[in-house]
Amino acid sequence: MSSYDEQRLARLIGALPPAPEAWVRAAQELPGARAGIDEIVTRAEADAAFRRRLIEDLEGALQAEGYERDPALVEELRVRFRSK
Amino acid sequence: MAQALSDTELVARCRSGDQQAWAELVERFSRYVYAISVQAYRLSEADAEDVFQEVFTRAYQHLDGLRDDSALRPWLGQLTRRLCIDHLRASAREKPVAEEELEPLEAQETIALLDEALSVHDALAGVPEHCREILDRFFARDESYRTIGEALDLPAGTIASRISRCLARLRDLLEGRTEAVPPSSPR
Repeated sequence: MSSYDEQRLARLIGALPPAPEAWVRAAQELPGARAGIDEIVTRAEADAAFRRRLIEDLEGALQAEGYERDPALVEELRVRFRSK
Repeated sequence: MAQALSDTELVARCRSGDQQAWAELVERFSRYVYAISVQAYRLSEADAEDVFQEVFTRAYQHLDGLRDDSALRPWLGQLTRRLCIDHLRASAREKPVAEEELEPLEAQETIALLDEALSVHDALAGVPEHCREILDRFFARDESYRTIGEALDLPAGTIASRISRCLARLRDLLEGRTEAVPPSSPR
């Protein structure tokens, strides 16, 4: 069993400062973002015109359809639709 | 900070689509992932943010592939380490650096320290909430006695002695001399 003096404990507690809140929140919201991506992909698979618009102008198409243009979501869709 | 679920239980709940469990998983490991990238690999804040989001994105995508649910911590640690090195390697393509700079020798020592720090952080869940808060504010958040006193409505002159008592409680817990308090217990 390890032994801990106050100085060592203090150092260990201090070694893990909190990550920036915004980063943590963004990571916590991943499931919702994934659901949004899945919904767009499913819709694009079923709707050729929507898919074409996404490929031609991804961000414009998302805006026109009222989807939030979160950078991570846009990047993932860009990869999925190969529309660079 | 109170840790009611084990890592194994947390993973199982995340797999079943429990978003609250996912939020708890991120909260539980956020400091660890952040610390590895900025302390062990000395990434810039921008690169550390990229790594942080990538770690949790991959973890979310590949949680089903985790063979031993109790190995969540080493899995996330290894994932973070790999992504940090990838980032350093990508930067090195633009501005060549020596191979040892990609994975500095001190990085392993720092990660070992962070592993121990995470164990201590987990143990904080077993001390009373007022102790968790004061220790975290003073040592991890680097808050002054005055700030802590104002936030917790305590005379600044009593903060030092409280910190000392709380460290002693934590030490007793870590060394097996006392039992952990139940999660969310105020005392």
